[in-house]
Amino acid sequence: MPVPRFWREQKGRYNLIGTYCKKCGKHFYPARSICPFCRRSGEIEDFQFKGKGEIVTYSVIHASSEDFDHLTPYILAIVKLDEGPCITTQIVDEPTDIKIGDRVKAVFRRLGSDGKAGIIYYGTKFVIDN
Amino acid sequence: MRDVAIIGAYTTVFGELWEKSLRDTAVEAGVGAIEDANVAGEEIDAMYVGNMSGGKFVGQEHIGALVADYAAGLAREFHIPSTRVEAACASGGLALRQAIMAVSSGFHDVVIAAGAEKMTDIDGTGVTDALAAAADREWEGIMGATFPGLYAMIARYHMHKYGTTSEQLASVAVKNHDNGVHNPIAQFRNKITIDQVLRSSKVADPLRLLDCSPVTDGAAAVVVVPADIAKKYTDTPIYVKASSQASDTISLDDRRDIATLDASVFAGKWAFEMAKLTPKDIDFVEVHDCFTIAEICAIEDLGFFKKGDGGRASYDGDTRIGGKIAVNPSGGLKACGHPVGATGIKQACEAVYQLRGEAGKRQVPNAKYAMTHNVGGSGATCAVHIFSNER
Ligand SMILES: [Zn+2]
Repeated sequence: MPVPRFWREQKGRYNLIGTYCKKCGKHFYPARSICPFCRRSGEIEDFQFKGKGEIVTYSVIHASSEDFDHLTPYILAIVKLDEGPCITTQIVDEPTDIKIGDRVKAVFRRLGSDGKAGIIYYGTKFVIDN
Repeated sequence: MRDVAIIGAYTTVFGELWEKSLRDTAVEAGVGAIEDANVAGEEIDAMYVGNMSGGKFVGQEHIGALVADYAAGLAREFHIPSTRVEAACASGGLALRQAIMAVSSGFHDVVIAAGAEKMTDIDGTGVTDALAAAADREWEGIMGATFPGLYAMIARYHMHKYGTTSEQLASVAVKNHDNGVHNPIAQFRNKITIDQVLRSSKVADPLRLLDCSPVTDGAAAVVVVPADIAKKYTDTPIYVKASSQASDTISLDDRRDIATLDASVFAGKWAFEMAKLTPKDIDFVEVHDCFTIAEICAIEDLGFFKKGDGGRASYDGDTRIGGKIAVNPSGGLKACGHPVGATGIKQACEAVYQLRGEAGKRQVPNAKYAMTHNVGGSGATCAVHIFSNER
């Protein structure tokens, strides 16, 4: 992924900042600039998520694209944040130790890099929150 | 709106066709469909070509013009409009729908809908990356979400919520291989066992290699015309009873329910309404089984089985030819292979062959109504068509 493309979303990725709609109270991550429920009558503001939630579903990835080959096997998951939205992320843990419904919390981690000599990008993964 | 019929269909052999290029397969399919339809080149008004990722797979964009150029001089001699249609793995289904709408509206009379993909010129990790582009690259892809990974998360959720088992998933692949044995275009014409599926290598747990459709080259094409003139070309026109398309969130995580593809639910519902039919009327359905779990979700979301009952139904044989409803008599994406842009058109070709009674040992007896179901990405796009041999 080109540097500008990653940099544009850096705020949201590094700090779990999304948006919420003051009109209907729904939260969005990644950020949406238009509320899909209220559309033009919505009022969107930035929102800092607390970074806690639970595992909705997950998979242990054994065959990946080149960018993630060094991580395999890794746990891909959908986490439902306590504020409402579900996000796609990785769980940093042993595959045998997790199950649907487990509580998790956000951690700042390296996500990957562009090829072997490319830039390294960081973002939010999750760990089990006992 | 005018009624529309298919008068010609052709599918190339699907497989790892190292000796054939994207244009070779597309041209073979286009010319094959034109010959099957018995139309002259100068009668053709327009062309729609489904192709997901010529750019990533073979470094070629501008596929519409390329295919029209090399197929029967349609670009050079007749200069017909040719449009490439892209919606990930639903590109073919959407190309067909564009052709049907062009004819139905009266804008054109004789239109080719084709689909083609050449996937085996690049290595496996390149294919994985190209297919991952069907998801949200900036928020799913960047987290390491592969295409099998997304369907694996659907599978795990379905198993958790409904008690669906790995054996039930495997039974989908076993049945589709059994059907594919009798399909001369299928990539795999061998039977497999549940045990073989369960012992194949892990791709994205709980999905294993034999839960996944393969990487495939191939192309398919059909010719559509107004129903009123169809008999001029053929004694056995296949009538389009419904054509529908629905969308859902690009990211799997944003869905109402992880184990339901709402795009399938709505495209299916709208198709039944348009055709004034119910699931009970359909004799067979070609569903988008890019993974075994995808077939289970499809037969539930289209209304053939209750939500959560798809695994049991598959395992019990309800979806075999001769069962409650024949699902994927062609062998589906699993056995035929899945050249992504071609699949939606290949499904329509299977409907044509079956409804004409030309499907040989995989023939669904006395088939009158057929449905095809083509999904893009993890379910952000779905196209559904209903066909019949009676107007
Ligand atoms: Zn709102």
